[in-house]
Amino acid sequence: MCIFRIGRHEIDVEDITNFTVKSVSKRAKLVTKHKTFESIHQDLGLVVCGLDSVVARRWMNSMLVSLYVDPPNKQIPLIDGGTEGFKGNARIIIPGKSACIECTLNLYPPQVNFPLCTIAQTPRLPEHCIEYVRMMQWPAETPFGKDIDGDNPEHIQWIFEKALERGSQYGISGITYRLTQGVVKNIIPAVASTNAVIAAACATEVFKLVSGCAPIMNNYMVFNDADGIYAYTYEQEKKKDCMACSLESQIITLREESTLRELIDYLIESPVYQMRSPGVTMVTAEGRNKTLYMKTLREHTEANLSKSLKDLGVREGTEVNVTDVTSLLPCILKIYFDSPMTS
Amino acid sequence: IQIKISLFKMSLTDSCPNSPNSAVISNEKSKRYDRQLRLWGDHGQAALELSHVCLINATALGTEILKSLVQPGIGGFTIIDWESVTEEDVGNNFFLTVDQIGQNRGQAATNLILELNPDVNGKCIDEQLTSILASPDASGMFKRFNIVIANGLNEKLLSQLSSYLWDLSIPLIICRSYGLVGHIRIQIKEHCVIESHPDSSLDDLRLDRPFPGLVKYMNEQNIETMDKATFTHTPQLVFLYKALERWRQDKGDGLPMSRMEKAEFKANLEESLRKKLSSYSNGEYSDAENIDECLKAVNTALVPTKIPSNIVELFSDEACQKLETPSKFWIMVRALKDFVNKEGMKALPVRGSLPDMHSDSERYVSLQNTYRHQATLDADAVYKHVLRILDERGWSHNLVTEADVRFFSKNAHALRLQRGTSYAAEIALKTDVQTLGCLLEDPDSDAVFYVLLRAADRFETEYGSYPGSLEVDVDVGRLKCVLVRLLSEWGLSSVSIKDEYIHEFCRYGASEIHSVAAFVGGCAAQEVIKIVTHQYVPVDNTIIYNAMHQTILSLKM
Repeated sequence: MCIFRIGRHEIDVEDITNFTVKSVSKRAKLVTKHKTFESIHQDLGLVVCGLDSVVARRWMNSMLVSLYVDPPNKQIPLIDGGTEGFKGNARIIIPGKSACIECTLNLYPPQVNFPLCTIAQTPRLPEHCIEYVRMMQWPAETPFGKDIDGDNPEHIQWIFEKALERGSQYGISGITYRLTQGVVKNIIPAVASTNAVIAAACATEVFKLVSGCAPIMNNYMVFNDADGIYAYTYEQEKKKDCMACSLESQIITLREESTLRELIDYLIESPVYQMRSPGVTMVTAEGRNKTLYMKTLREHTEANLSKSLKDLGVREGTEVNVTDVTSLLPCILKIYFDSPMTS
Repeated sequence: IQIKISLFKMSLTDSCPNSPNSAVISNEKSKRYDRQLRLWGDHGQAALELSHVCLINATALGTEILKSLVQPGIGGFTIIDWESVTEEDVGNNFFLTVDQIGQNRGQAATNLILELNPDVNGKCIDEQLTSILASPDASGMFKRFNIVIANGLNEKLLSQLSSYLWDLSIPLIICRSYGLVGHIRIQIKEHCVIESHPDSSLDDLRLDRPFPGLVKYMNEQNIETMDKATFTHTPQLVFLYKALERWRQDKGDGLPMSRMEKAEFKANLEESLRKKLSSYSNGEYSDAENIDECLKAVNTALVPTKIPSNIVELFSDEACQKLETPSKFWIMVRALKDFVNKEGMKALPVRGSLPDMHSDSERYVSLQNTYRHQATLDADAVYKHVLRILDERGWSHNLVTEADVRFFSKNAHALRLQRGTSYAAEIALKTDVQTLGCLLEDPDSDAVFYVLLRAADRFETEYGSYPGSLEVDVDVGRLKCVLVRLLSEWGLSSVSIKDEYIHEFCRYGASEIHSVAAFVGGCAAQEVIKIVTHQYVPVDNTIIYNAMHQTILSLKM
């Protein structure tokens, strides 16, 4: 049996297929460096993740779920941990049996939106001033001649100073270098102790799973030590129509006149799907494969975006295939239309 | 168009207000410790770097605790450890290596731990704890520690150490990693927290008792004469205030309190706002963000201004009444109390923070400044009380600075005080077991493990080894007897512990599993940080960790 630990750096989904296993400490063995995940899964007993993005987790999850749902029908447990300041969580996913990452996708906290008009016209908070410089002033003035590099102190310093100027224009105080960096890089506070706790919890689960010495947790642990110490494990239930692990097809009901653009926007913004850049294809009534929209075929398919789905040949109950970086397997959506009177 | 931005909840401007010590942190440290500075600020880091901890026994748990203290930059540590490194130790401790077998365990671990952070000082004392405690300069040595962490000590030693440190008023953390179970006990006489960082607090808006500055601001807002742009960019507090004014003309002082009253208030408010909005477009319905915000805020904004009950308790605490020792915290509590009874008119100092709300910049900033100004006035008044209190006792003005008071006033609503008991008293069965008894009514409660740990300690006192460490089967029966006796001494004879738990405990044989130790270690390290920085709230006073179910039970002994 092999245990893999994926590193704690920001790994985008494209990178995960070329990951390297890093040693946890000086004395742990550097296991192997592989080109693709697929080439090593036959050696895998279980997977432990310490990833920094939801997207990468979803990819990992869909990989392991598909290894179970499709041949070789192998059940590889996934142990996943995450931390944020004094909060953390650890979970164990047995593909097909317990809730997977996708089942609980809507648990990930929603992102805070600053309306553009606030940033541009009515800033009130120091963050608004920083965002103004980041989104508008920087692209307009292009200091240093390139894109913002959050790790470059000169870039942050420039944004900080400009943000201070904007702040003083509106009488807004509280802009600091640290805040500027935090907003630009979307920094999440972290501390050694919480990381140690969650890592330890994951390691204990691996130990129990591999040795059988005690029951594994069932199945989602929440941890918070800001006020006393709180840790509780509850059984997260599978979502009946989960996109990744249930075999049911997804049903979407749209307005009669919905355009392809609206469908795609929905798939991106909905807390249920949270896709990045979906590509949509369908099988026409004549049985032919038709690409409705694909980023890589943008020139050919862009025109379809503004067309209504009905015009594109979608009828009641038509199944469309949606591919996206967030999932290994395409998602099958069954489309239905509301009557014009319902929203 | 909406821009998606992720904003971590703790903006540094709110969670770490102007630090009283205005600690200046170097650029290099600011970068290295950036992620944790966002949690406890430069002043918290300074407190951490000034701290020196004492760890007794460099076991897996001990070293894991130190790891999570050394990495964030604790000032220094001293390990007291008189054991030698064994093969077993190397098997569960990342900080001990095979070539160190036979060497002093504390010294062996110290070297590798120090590699984690070159700024940290560390040393080891290879001497039996009993002889250290008996030596004449023991108290001098221990007084240099901000906190002592003890693990791997038997009950007799633990009791002795606990009494000793209790008398010296030095905080002690007792912890253990025992098979698939963990235990942390905090022993601290009195711990005061000004910066508790509550997860969420109700805003301090004072709509029910507006201060003069707020009244003036509101009087300058005339909704009737506003054009559409001004109306749709009016901060929603203005709407609430005006509506409340109208409500009071009818119903007198106070606030809508009952469900019906609130619903009626909200309905009237909505009607008048929508009417005004549609008047700009010939009666056509349209949306406005500030109206939506306003209606959502009705329930939380119209909460009467009240002093939290635990703060009121502080005012009647003996330490506040008598004020015999020059304690910064209690001097400020007393000044706060005097403020509340005088200028505050039964309310705490205005906090001064305003939540964001849809508004034009000018009126939002102006409104925010109104709150800030009152907060400054209130803090000034508290400071005057502080000076008077200091003068009355002939104490130096340097004890409490103006910055201290400003900081305190802003956090006055979230102060936390903890008072504890000694572990020696707990061992001697002098602490309250009522809660324990209630928990044990559930035969599968994690409290069972607390009882078993105590029984295991008793077992060791009687038999010289821990249950199951030498022989499992014989010890099961012995542990059971010890257990029954212990429960009876507690007055909990009716409680029965399932046999399977007793067997399980013997199976553990007091072994230390590394990942369990690492979990407990991370928790204990953070408790140390909370105590030395006086930020966030420590455990009060015991937790039991169950690594099988991944749960934690908190209890106060």
